[in-house]
Amino acid sequence: MKSKGSNYFRSIFAHVMLVILSFMCLFFFYILFVNATRSHADLQKGFSALPGAYLWKNLMSVANDGSFPMFRGILNSLVVSGSSAAICTYFSALTAYGLYAYNFKLKKAAFTFIMAILVMPTQVTAMGFLRLITNMGMYDSLLPLIIPSIASPSVFYFMYSYLQSSLPMSLVEAARIDGSGEFRTFNTIVLPITKPAIAVQAIFTFVGSWNNYFVPALVIQSKDKMTVPILIATLRGADYMNFDMGKIYTMIMVAIVPIILVYLFLSKYIIAGVTLGGVKE
Amino acid sequence: MNTKRKKIDYSKWGYIFILPFFICFFIFSFIPLMDTVRYSFFEYYRSGIKEIGPNFVGMENYVSLIKSDMLKYAANTLILWIIGFIPQIVIALMLAEWFVDARLKIHGTQFFKVVIYLPNLIMASAFAMLFFTMFSTNGPVNSILISLGMIKQPVDFLGSVTGTRSLVGLMNFLMWFGNTTIMLMAAIMGISPDIFEASELDGCNSIQRFFSITLPLIRPILAYTLITSVIGGLQMFDVPQILTNGQGTPDRTSMTLIMFLNSHLKSKNYGMAGALSVYLFIVSGILCFFVYQMTTNDDPDGSKAAAKKAKKEKRG
Amino acid sequence: MKKRTVSILLAASMAAGSLTGCGGSNPGSAASGGEEGKVINIYSWNNEFKERVEAVYPEVAETSKDGTVTTLKDGTEIHWIINPNQDGVYQQKLDEALLKQADASADDKVDIFLSETDYVNKYTDADADVAMPLKDLGIDPETDLADQYAFTKVTASDVNGIQRGSTWQCCPGLLVYRRDIAKDVFGTDDPEAVGEKVKDWDTMKATAAELKAKGYFTFASYADTFRLYGNSIAEPWVKPGENVIRVDQQIMNWVSDSKEWLDAGYLDKTVKGQWNADWNQAMGSASQVFAFLFPAWGIDFTLKPNWDGETGMWGVTNPPQEYNWGGSYIHACTGTDNPQHVKDIILAVTGDKENLLKISRDFSDFTNTKTSMQNAAKDDANFSSEFLGGQNAFKYFAPVAENIVMAPLSPYDQGCVELIQNSFSDYLQGQVDFDKAKANFETAILERYPEITQVQWPE
Repeated sequence: MKSKGSNYFRSIFAHVMLVILSFMCLFFFYILFVNATRSHADLQKGFSALPGAYLWKNLMSVANDGSFPMFRGILNSLVVSGSSAAICTYFSALTAYGLYAYNFKLKKAAFTFIMAILVMPTQVTAMGFLRLITNMGMYDSLLPLIIPSIASPSVFYFMYSYLQSSLPMSLVEAARIDGSGEFRTFNTIVLPITKPAIAVQAIFTFVGSWNNYFVPALVIQSKDKMTVPILIATLRGADYMNFDMGKIYTMIMVAIVPIILVYLFLSKYIIAGVTLGGVKE
Repeated sequence: MNTKRKKIDYSKWGYIFILPFFICFFIFSFIPLMDTVRYSFFEYYRSGIKEIGPNFVGMENYVSLIKSDMLKYAANTLILWIIGFIPQIVIALMLAEWFVDARLKIHGTQFFKVVIYLPNLIMASAFAMLFFTMFSTNGPVNSILISLGMIKQPVDFLGSVTGTRSLVGLMNFLMWFGNTTIMLMAAIMGISPDIFEASELDGCNSIQRFFSITLPLIRPILAYTLITSVIGGLQMFDVPQILTNGQGTPDRTSMTLIMFLNSHLKSKNYGMAGALSVYLFIVSGILCFFVYQMTTNDDPDGSKAAAKKAKKEKRG
Repeated sequence: MKKRTVSILLAASMAAGSLTGCGGSNPGSAASGGEEGKVINIYSWNNEFKERVEAVYPEVAETSKDGTVTTLKDGTEIHWIINPNQDGVYQQKLDEALLKQADASADDKVDIFLSETDYVNKYTDADADVAMPLKDLGIDPETDLADQYAFTKVTASDVNGIQRGSTWQCCPGLLVYRRDIAKDVFGTDDPEAVGEKVKDWDTMKATAAELKAKGYFTFASYADTFRLYGNSIAEPWVKPGENVIRVDQQIMNWVSDSKEWLDAGYLDKTVKGQWNADWNQAMGSASQVFAFLFPAWGIDFTLKPNWDGETGMWGVTNPPQEYNWGGSYIHACTGTDNPQHVKDIILAVTGDKENLLKISRDFSDFTNTKTSMQNAAKDDANFSSEFLGGQNAFKYFAPVAENIVMAPLSPYDQGCVELIQNSFSDYLQGQVDFDKAKANFETAILERYPEITQVQWPE
C-alpha cells in the first residue's frame, strides 16, 4: 500500500520533471524552427516567438541554389555517417569480443593500449592526418572520413563494458559445442545480444559524424563531396549580398531531420534490448 | 585434452578479431600522432606564408607552456566541466531509472526519450549561436525576465564570469543529458528483470533498489559515462569557443585547454601545439586511470573479490 | 628641386622592382606569346568575384550549373576553388596550395587568388613573393589603373611600393544618421548642417553631449568607431624586419575615448561589439542610437534590413574622420601558367571604367574608378536612394574615397585588430583594469604570432 502511494507521488514528480526538461529542450528546437521560417531581414531585427511565413521560400532558396548542392550534401553526409556508424559499431564489437572472449598473450597490453589512446583529442593529430591522407592519395575523398572510425576506442570500451555485463561465456561455449565457427558465433550469437549497445553507439556515431565539421573541412575540396556542416559553413561565409541567416537556419533544420529519423528507427532496437535480457540466464 | 587444444586454437582468433582495429589505428592515428610528438621538440611555425623551422629546441616548448597560463586554462576547463556534468549525471540517472520503472507508468515515454535527445542533434556551433542570441543583453530571455518582474535591469549574462560559465555549463548539460540517459537506460535494460522481480518480492523500495541493485550492476557503463565525459570535458571546445568568440571572455575565464590549443593551431605553431597535445595526452591518461580505478576497484564487493583472489593466489 | 629628387628616386625603385621581378620567375615573356595553360585556378571564399567576372569579362562562355567551372570562349576552363572563411579554412587551404605551388602540375597551379584588406599584406609581402607584381604581368599601374583610388593601390603594394594586387571595390565609409533624431536635437536633418556637427572628434563630442541631453546615444558601440582610429595609425603594427608590435597612440586614444564616451553615456552600454543581435536591434526604429559608421555595403545590406520604420528616415553625411571598411583584392599568383588570361581578367574587372560602372549598377559596389564615381556623385537621377530620403550617397562617398590615407599595413594586422578589440572590451565593460587588459592583449598576440618577441605601448 505504502509503496503504491509513494509510487504515485514519484510518478507525479517524474512527470513534472520530464515536462520541464522537455520544455527546455523543445524550446531551443522551437526557436530554431521559428528562425527557419523567417527572412533574413526579420531575423536581424531580433527574436520572435511566433513563426514567420518564410519557411517555404527559405527552403526553395536553399534547394534551388545551383552553386549549393544541398541534396548532394545530405546524400554525402548520409553515406559518411551511415557507413561510419556501421563499421564503427561492427568493428568495435568485434574488437571488444576479441579481447573479452579470448585469452592471449598480448590481451592485457592491447587493452591497456586502447584505454590509453581513448583520451586522444582529434585536434592533436589533425595536421599529421591531413598530410598522411594527402600522401596516400585520399585527399578530397569521402574514405578518410569513414575508414578511421574502425578504430574508435570509446565505442570499443562501451562494447567491452556491455559484453562484460551481458554476455555469459557459457553461451559462447554452448555455440562451440554445437560446432559453430568463431566468426559465425560472433555474427549470429554475440551481435544480436549486443544489439541495444550497438543501436546506442550507432546513434552517437552517426550524430557525431553527421555534425563533424573540423576534419571534413580539412579533407574535402570539391563541391560534390561536401557534407552538410561544410555547406552550412559555406552559407555563413557567403558574401554580404548573399548572406542569409534564414537560409542558414533552414539548412540546419533540414540537416536535423535525417538524424531524427535514424534515431527513431534505432530507438526501436534499444527498446527491444529489454527482451534480450532474458537470454543471459 | 580436448579443451586444451581448443584454447590454443582460440587465442589466434583473439588476434584476428582485434587486428582491424589496430591496423586502422596505426595508420590513421599513430602515424599522425608521432608527427605531433616529434614536432613538440621543434621550433616550427608559419610566419605569414613563410615556414620557420623546424629547428630542434629540446624541451623549450614544454617549459614555456608551463610558464604560460596553461594551468589557468586547465582550471577553467575543470570548472566548466563540473558545472555541466553534475546535473547531467544526476538527472540522467534519475530519468533512466524512471523510464525503465514500469510501476511509475510514465506516459509518453517514447516522446520524452526523443525530446531529451534533441539538443544533441543540433550542431554545437548552431546551438551556441542560438544561445548567444537568446541571452544577449536585449534578448528574449532578458525581456521575459523583466516582463515577469523578476529583474529590473537586463542581466549582462555573457559579460560576467559566472554568467558565461553557467551558460556554458547549461549548454553542455542540455546537449548531453539525453545522450547519457539513453546510455544508462540501455545499461539498466541489460539487467535481468528477474533480479528486479526478486527484489520486489523481498520488499525493496525503489530507493533501496536503485542504490543496492541498479547502481552496482551498471557500474561498467557508469564508468564509461564518467570516462567519456571526462574526455569530452577535456576536449570542450565548440560551445565556449562560439559563445565567447574564441576569446574565453571575460578575462579569459572561459578559455579551455582545447581553445588554447586551437589558438596555437590557428597560428600554425606546430611545435607549441605539439607540446600542448602531449601535455593533454598525459593529463587525460592520468585522469582516466583514476576514474577507471575508482569505478572498478572501489566497490566493496569488488575489493572483497580482489582480496579473496589475492589470498587465494598467496596460498597457491 | 626637392620634387625632382623624389621622382628620380621613385623611377629608380620602380626599375629595380621590375628588374627583380623579371629576374625571378620571368613570366613576362610567357605573357607575350608563351603557351597558355588549359586551366585557370581561382581561390576565393565566396562567389562575389565569380559573379563579377561573369558579368564583365567578355571571354566568359558559360558556367557549369554547380558553379565550379566557368568555360571561356577559347576553351580554357576557370576552376573556382571556394572555401569558407569560417575558422580560417580559406587561408589555411590557400597557404597549403601556395606552399606546393612550385611542385604542382600546370593544371593544379594557383593562378589567381583573393585576399581581404585585413590580411592582404600577408600575401603581398615582397619576401614571400606569392603575389606577382602587376608589372610582371604586363599591367602598368601608372597608366592601366590610373583611374583607381590611390589608397587601394597602396594597400595592394609591398614594402617597396610595388603593386601586387588590384581591386574593383572601394569601401569609403560615411556617417549614417537618423533624420528624426537630428530634427529633434538639432532642429534640422540637413546633411550639410549635420555634417558640421560631426566634422571632427572635438565637435563630435560636443554633439554627443547634446544628444545625451535629449536621451539619445551617439553610436551603438565602441566597436563602431574602431576603424576610424585604426585606419589612421602613423606606423604599422609591426615594422618590416622587426618582431616588435608597436601599439599606436591612435589605438590608445580609441581606448580612452571609448571609455570616456561609454562612462558619459554617449554609447549604448548594452551593445557589445558588432554583428550581434543587440547591435542589429540598435538599428531598429525603437532604438535611441543616432548614427552608425558604414560604407556602401553596410548601408544596403546591414542597416536597411534592420530598419523597421518608414523609408527615408536615414541620411548620410561626412564622418568625423575618413576611413575605409572592407575590400577584396585580386592577386596573380607567382608561377601561374596563364599569365595572359590572368592579366585580362584583372584588367577587365578592376581597370575598365565601363565594367566598373556596370558592377556599381548591378551589385551596388562603390567601385574603384575616380572619374565614374565623381560622375555618379553628380548623377542624382540614377544614384539617389529612397532609403536615404532621396539623398545621393555617392556625393559623400566620392570625396571620402579620395581623402582616405591608408594606414601603413603589416602582415599582422588581422590578429592585432581583432585581439586588441577583444582584450580591451573587457576593460571597457569594467571586467578588468587597464593593465590587465594590456597583459591579456600581450598574451593573446604572442599566441597568435609566435615570432613576436615584444609588445611596445605608447608612453
